[in-house]
Amino acid sequence: MSLDDTLLDTAAAWKREGRKVAIATVVETWGSSPRPAGSVLLVDDRGHMLGSVSGGCIEGAVVKEAQAVMAGAPPKLLEFGVSNEQAWEVGLACGGRVRVYVEAVR
Amino acid sequence: MNLDLLERLNEARAAKRATCLVRFLATEEQVLIVDGAVVAGITPSTDVLDAAAEALRRDRSGMAETSHGSAFLQVFNPPLRLAIVGAVHIAQALAPMAALAGYAVTIVDPRRAFASEARFPGVEIVCEWPDEALEALEPDRRTAVVTLTHDPKIDDPALDVALRGEAFYIAALGSRRTHAGRLGRLRELGHDEAALARIHGPAGLDIGAVSPAEIAISVLAEMTKVLRQGAV
Repeated sequence: MSLDDTLLDTAAAWKREGRKVAIATVVETWGSSPRPAGSVLLVDDRGHMLGSVSGGCIEGAVVKEAQAVMAGAPPKLLEFGVSNEQAWEVGLACGGRVRVYVEAVR
Repeated sequence: MNLDLLERLNEARAAKRATCLVRFLATEEQVLIVDGAVVAGITPSTDVLDAAAEALRRDRSGMAETSHGSAFLQVFNPPLRLAIVGAVHIAQALAPMAALAGYAVTIVDPRRAFASEARFPGVEIVCEWPDEALEALEPDRRTAVVTLTHDPKIDDPALDVALRGEAFYIAALGSRRTHAGRLGRLRELGHDEAALARIHGPAGLDIGAVSPAEIAISVLAEMTKVLRQGAV
């Protein structure tokens, strides 16, 4: 079992403990992006994160959206990559593009 | 995602079921499909079930256009397993190669001199008759069974049990003539032509393999082809 395989178990455990939990999942990639579709980043409302949706390039931006979703915002589909305006700030150095779906566990 | 669906998903994964979580991104609707049946979420059209089955077969998560709109299909397949019957020279090459390719490998051989820890460091070895060993292993749709001994006493019972299960790849080493004889014996055990056609024999892709390592490559290549592209 790789570390990735335990993330969704951890998500359920955190939620049962009474934490707010958001799951960010890579749903689509183009070019040379570091993590395949299905990769998961877990975020809670106490400043913890586990797993990854990139090599570390976009996690900060994803956590920010995760916080909004945990606070009650609807799920959000984020896109990062060289063709995106955000690329200048939080783009992928590898030149790939990636779409990440961020949702809360309710 | 609600906690109930997440926990059902985790239960299905722990039970090693073929599991697919479908998220319809525009509507926030979700459906959890386990072994082809809907266990949580909305009731989808058949094209969604078909797309989930295809994603599971390809073992790849990704986006799909469905009658319910654009969806992300996340695949959770049980781990790949390989049962190698015959702790022979080729098995010494095939076991580590298959482990690198992501298979949990079990070596089965009732002959203690062959099935030794020294010959297969770190590999799970079952020193029992193959029919008992394979019945305990319960080959599923993520299991491959390869027989390597050429000895009917050992290979035939293994193939007999494998054919009664769902293994995605069953192969037997041996020449075409050996294989014809083998099929005759399995026919007498009650296996019909459709069942016998599941056995890849002689095992492996025809790449002119000569050494044990090369034969292991040809078997692993054929196994990969069937896993990724289906039986041809």
